[in-house]
Amino acid sequence: MHSILAVDDSTSMRQMVSFTLRNAGFSVVEAIDGLDAWEKTLMQDFNLVLTDQNMPRLDGIGLTRRLRETERYAAIPILILTTESSDQMKQAGRAAGATGWLVKPFDPVRLIEVIHKVIR
Amino acid sequence: MNDIRSDPSRTDTGAAAGLDLSQFHQVFYEEAGENIDNMEQMLLHIDLAEASDEDLNAIFRCAHSVKGGAATFGFADVAELTHQMETLLDRLRRHELAPTPAMVDVLLQSGDALRAMLARHQSGQGGPVDTQALLQDIRSITQPGHEDGSRGSTPALPAGPGSAPAPASVPAPTIVAQASTESVPDGSRRLRLTLGPLQDPSRAQDVVDLFREIGGLGTITALPQAQDDDRLHRYELVTSSSDDELVDLFGFHVSREEIRLEPATPINVPTNAPIHAPTAALAPAAAPAAASAPQPAPAPPAVSLDAPDGSYGLFAGAPGAPQATPQATPHGPEAVTTAVAPHSSPGAEAGAAVPARTAAPARADRAPATPGSDATTLRVSVDKVDQLINLVGELVITQAMLAQTGKALDLAQHPQLASGLADLERNTRDLQEAVMSIRMIPMSVVFNRFPRMLRDLATRLGKKVELVQVGEATELDKGLVEKITDPLTHLVRNACDHGIEPPDERQARGKPEHGTLTLVASHQGGSIIIEVRDDGRGLNRGKLLSKARERGLSAPDSLSDSEVWGLIFEPGFSTAEAVTDVSGRGVGMDVVKRNITALGGTVEIESLQGHGMTVRVRLPLTLAIMDGMSVGVGAECYIMPLASVVESSQVRPQMIRTIGGASRLVEVRGEYMPVIELEEVFDVPRGDRERGTPIMVVVEAEGLRAALLVDEVLGQQQVVVKNLESNYRKVPDVSGATIMGDGRVALILDVVSLVRRSRH
Repeated sequence: MHSILAVDDSTSMRQMVSFTLRNAGFSVVEAIDGLDAWEKTLMQDFNLVLTDQNMPRLDGIGLTRRLRETERYAAIPILILTTESSDQMKQAGRAAGATGWLVKPFDPVRLIEVIHKVIR
Repeated sequence: MNDIRSDPSRTDTGAAAGLDLSQFHQVFYEEAGENIDNMEQMLLHIDLAEASDEDLNAIFRCAHSVKGGAATFGFADVAELTHQMETLLDRLRRHELAPTPAMVDVLLQSGDALRAMLARHQSGQGGPVDTQALLQDIRSITQPGHEDGSRGSTPALPAGPGSAPAPASVPAPTIVAQASTESVPDGSRRLRLTLGPLQDPSRAQDVVDLFREIGGLGTITALPQAQDDDRLHRYELVTSSSDDELVDLFGFHVSREEIRLEPATPINVPTNAPIHAPTAALAPAAAPAAASAPQPAPAPPAVSLDAPDGSYGLFAGAPGAPQATPQATPHGPEAVTTAVAPHSSPGAEAGAAVPARTAAPARADRAPATPGSDATTLRVSVDKVDQLINLVGELVITQAMLAQTGKALDLAQHPQLASGLADLERNTRDLQEAVMSIRMIPMSVVFNRFPRMLRDLATRLGKKVELVQVGEATELDKGLVEKITDPLTHLVRNACDHGIEPPDERQARGKPEHGTLTLVASHQGGSIIIEVRDDGRGLNRGKLLSKARERGLSAPDSLSDSEVWGLIFEPGFSTAEAVTDVSGRGVGMDVVKRNITALGGTVEIESLQGHGMTVRVRLPLTLAIMDGMSVGVGAECYIMPLASVVESSQVRPQMIRTIGGASRLVEVRGEYMPVIELEEVFDVPRGDRERGTPIMVVVEAEGLRAALLVDEVLGQQQVVVKNLESNYRKVPDVSGATIMGDGRVALILDVVSLVRRSRH
């Protein structure tokens, strides 16, 4: 079973994302912000990271940048799922090494599709 | 299945997938409420002159988070308002706007409106909340009609570095070659910029730097040098700015004659090729994906074909992306097609030279699905906690009974029973403390409502008030917190309305224009002390006395100050000359006092005319369990709160003196205090019991002492307080009852009332 790290500081959003992912047959670990996620990636390997952008302590782009610096996560898909839709932020996400930029509110079907496209 | 985002009236984005989102609504309501509360607190504390990036970001995140949830769960009205708030907050955190009190006002009002909307959604009742005016207000602040003006003035910005909008936090528009695969944002145009011929090539770089330095203009991408003239520099711009604005901007570094702007055409610039991937190309990619993974229940594979933008939000050539584009060509539609071409099966690695990882899925199986990894806190309904407390209360009683029974046995014969009883006692006490601590919540929960209230109040009254909070981390039983909130609100309101003077009056008296209202919470023994202090007018002794006489109260001049101040607690007493809509006419100081007394607390006032006043509320920490001292009188047993006991000792009859007929006094360490004979107070039948040497227990209440005469001191123990009023009726000098270890009912003495009685 593929495992996904779902990162969001909003509990409701995190629960819903996790619910969607579990429903689609993934194993999900949740993290409450970038730093929490970073710590969890040190303890466990994931096949994909799905993260919010705006979070306290460490945001999604910051998390992406950090993960990309590690060998283990250099090529793992990292999707940023956010309400942030400005082109600037997208480009910043891209520059940080994100695999994709998905805009909330998300459509569960589409989210799963995107994940299937990239997860290995 | 088409673009769901574009349809704000949708109620549930997940409905299409057959997901029931309502299960997340409750969490969303709570979370949104917390975010709104947090935002309000931060807004109230923000220093407008020096708002830190951290604060602005944190406030932004609150609105952002609510918006994200609202949009996802289909609360379109909430999402719309938070979107506007977010837009404003975003400009604030980017320093494109400077925070003003008007912004704080409108954001606070928005918070109120959000609460109302959420309450409506949650209860399913009430009409829609009208936010048109609010939305308009925010828009007019965010875009105060000088959209063009601000753009037009940008060329002047570099002249004064200090005045430039600090774009530090804004990621510079990236000039990545792949930018061409991104769609052009709404309202933007794709332009071709030619600079030159330039004598100094570094000027071109200056223009690029300037374009990037001014946040929000768009992206600039260098194109290959023209072959005919190497003094010509070509760029591609994606921007929403007008030609004139751009020429004005670039004119700062190069002359206008050297600038040429033209729409980029597909013929000249391959990047203008269709941005959207042809939908047909997606089909082969979708199929292997669906086959290679566990079938997601709600995802019929066919629907992916009509994906509206085709991009799936994936960056071409990005790490982790499924396509292999090792030498991602700077431009060219082929990059887009490769992204979804059939040969890039899910198994193929991206161009990045990182070996595929195989260990992960195996390990992943062990990954526990942890629901809510923020398990550091747990939301539990108060009912459950109360049930727990009741059970612990019963357990305490049972334990006391067992201990009592154990005493009757020769425990030396039963060492195991003895140690079992000792363990039981210790564990019961620990358990009780632990359970009680669940109910303890910090005073800040009460205090936090005051900044907002005071702000509104002061504005309405035309006063300037600063609020200082001390000891807001002090914890208090939840039940008490709820009950103390209203009386405290009253006190704060009174202090602002009647205590603190208008700014001109304060200045005339040589006081600072801003009045200060201080809220202090602290622990003192078994009590919590809450003080409401203001540096306003203070009470006027003469005025209070004459008012009291007007109302037919007995108010001789001989009354002490504290007795005079106490007059304001008399029903219907008012010190305000004019009725205001804020606190009305001396509203409810009597009610305040009654409420606090009912909680087993006391209120006292200190005041200095012209300098302010302090109202001090003293409350027991908890209502449910109390440390008590049990005493025996005749065949009866009474409990007095340990916190009010000062000392106890044997008393010889000759130590007690009778003064002026009935009053009896005893001297203890040089202090005379009234003697209270419990036997008389409660009319305890003596029967044939011989009275031995009485014991006096010195108790203190409201700063006054008295000596209670009892037959014997039985011991100290925790007692579970049972309300006598609700189980029987109010009894003078008794604050409650408890069940003793031996099953007897003992009355808990109301020491305050006993001491007070003895003093009159």
